[in-house]
Amino acid sequence: MRGMGITLTVLGGSIILGYLMAFIAGFCRLSNNTFIRKFTGFYVEIFRGTSLIVQLFWFSYALPMLFGIELGSDLVAGILAISLNYGAYMSEIVRGSILSVSNGQTEAGIALNLTPFQRMRYVIFPQALRMMLPEFGNYLIQMLKATSLISLIGMTDVLYYGNLLRSSNLAIESTVYLFILIFFFIIALPLIFLTRKLEEISKKGVET
Amino acid sequence: MSKPIVTYDEVTKSFGDVEVLKGINLDIMPSEKVAVIGPSGSGKTTLIRMLMTLEQPTDGAIIVDGENLWQMEEKGRLVDADEKHLSKVRGDIGMVFQHFNLFPHMTILENCMMAPVQVQKEDKKSARKRSIEMLEKVGLGDKLDNFPNQLSGGQKQRVAMARALVMRPKIMLFDEVTSALDPELVEEVLEVIRDIALEGEMAMVLVTHEMEFALDIADRVLFLDDGVIAESGTPSEVIEHSQNERLQSFLRRFRS
Ligand SMILES: Nc1ncnc2c1ncn2[C@@H]1O[C@H](COP(=O)(O)OP(=O)(O)OP(=O)(O)O)[C@@H](O)[C@H]1O
Ligand SMILES: [Mg+2]
Repeated sequence: MRGMGITLTVLGGSIILGYLMAFIAGFCRLSNNTFIRKFTGFYVEIFRGTSLIVQLFWFSYALPMLFGIELGSDLVAGILAISLNYGAYMSEIVRGSILSVSNGQTEAGIALNLTPFQRMRYVIFPQALRMMLPEFGNYLIQMLKATSLISLIGMTDVLYYGNLLRSSNLAIESTVYLFILIFFFIIALPLIFLTRKLEEISKKGVET
Repeated sequence: MSKPIVTYDEVTKSFGDVEVLKGINLDIMPSEKVAVIGPSGSGKTTLIRMLMTLEQPTDGAIIVDGENLWQMEEKGRLVDADEKHLSKVRGDIGMVFQHFNLFPHMTILENCMMAPVQVQKEDKKSARKRSIEMLEKVGLGDKLDNFPNQLSGGQKQRVAMARALVMRPKIMLFDEVTSALDPELVEEVLEVIRDIALEGEMAMVLVTHEMEFALDIADRVLFLDDGVIAESGTPSEVIEHSQNERLQSFLRRFRS
């Protein structure tokens, strides 16, 4: 089926960039530097406060039209919108998980004379990551669902070709949508499986 | 006479408007065992947390092995110590906490090995060997690959002690290390502390509610009351022969 490539590319790109964004923004929001903290906070609120569809349109139409900023292609616009949007949500998970590691862990690190970086690297972050994993898994599946929105900015993904096919031949309408349903579900399956695995991993070695 | 390993010089500490410690003067000698007793809220924990650099004094100075802990000289002026200075001075100090604070994502052995390898840059093999020896000493040689949540409270606290001891501190701080334990697990932990104390070379400060134990191992007992050291002396002076009214009533509450 045509369009699969596009859907998978957008999904893959968004996942990688989205998680990257989540960690960068999550750490920035914990920075000692007020400007960095405020600036990232602003980014997170903007992207969480507006809907993904609006952001998609902004990236593909409004930015080029109003400011002459061309992102190159719809593909880039789609990936950027989705990853910045989900990155904003997930940065809150990163930040929250790091903050929720108990203060006693930091104090034990100080008592052992670890540097601040070593405390983060060996003590706080590994524990925070275990808390993040299950939630990250859930967002994986949400990101997959979000990729179907890119047909709205004219991208030729699975849903786009589905719609095309349907309008050319009304008789197969239900079959087409059934196929699309199955397609998304088949991609979702490994993601769901991965989420389960992540949950299991995160249960090991946690504070009791 | 040798020089003190730790000196508190007119140290005060306030949280907001509340002055919790009101001018502490205290010398601790190398290898001296000091027990700190006193009512809840009298500032015992705060006293030793300042030495571990977990709490900054409001005023006064703490000297560790001749070095000012919380202040350093910069262009001829005393300024607040930065992380680098703190880390240099606190290398001599170790602490065991009431709630263990083991690293839950590491095995017992990893808990012990991590700081010698990362902080003291000891090579892995020798850190591993010393950690195993230390864990054997506290009676946990058969639990090396267990995670903390597979241990009892008493076992966790013994790991915490081994973890602090492999760093070879000159001063060890104990903050009510048995008060979060089930009564039947207290003795095994006290036993380990007694062993460490008998080895002798390390200075120890024990905040404790275990009077008998304090009497047994301490060279000196401090009674902290309302933010000051209200009484200080040998265990028998303080616990048996003191005329201090508040100390007597504090002890009476304990015995009943
Ligand atoms: N981080 C903090 N912020 C505000 N107040 C604090 C803080 N830490 C301690 N205090 C207050 O300082 C006082 C002394 O506390 P501290 O924990 O040193 O007492 P303690 O003698 O160890 O008591 P306990 O026997 O209950 O452990 C208490 O009144 C406590 O409420
Ligand atoms: Mg206390």
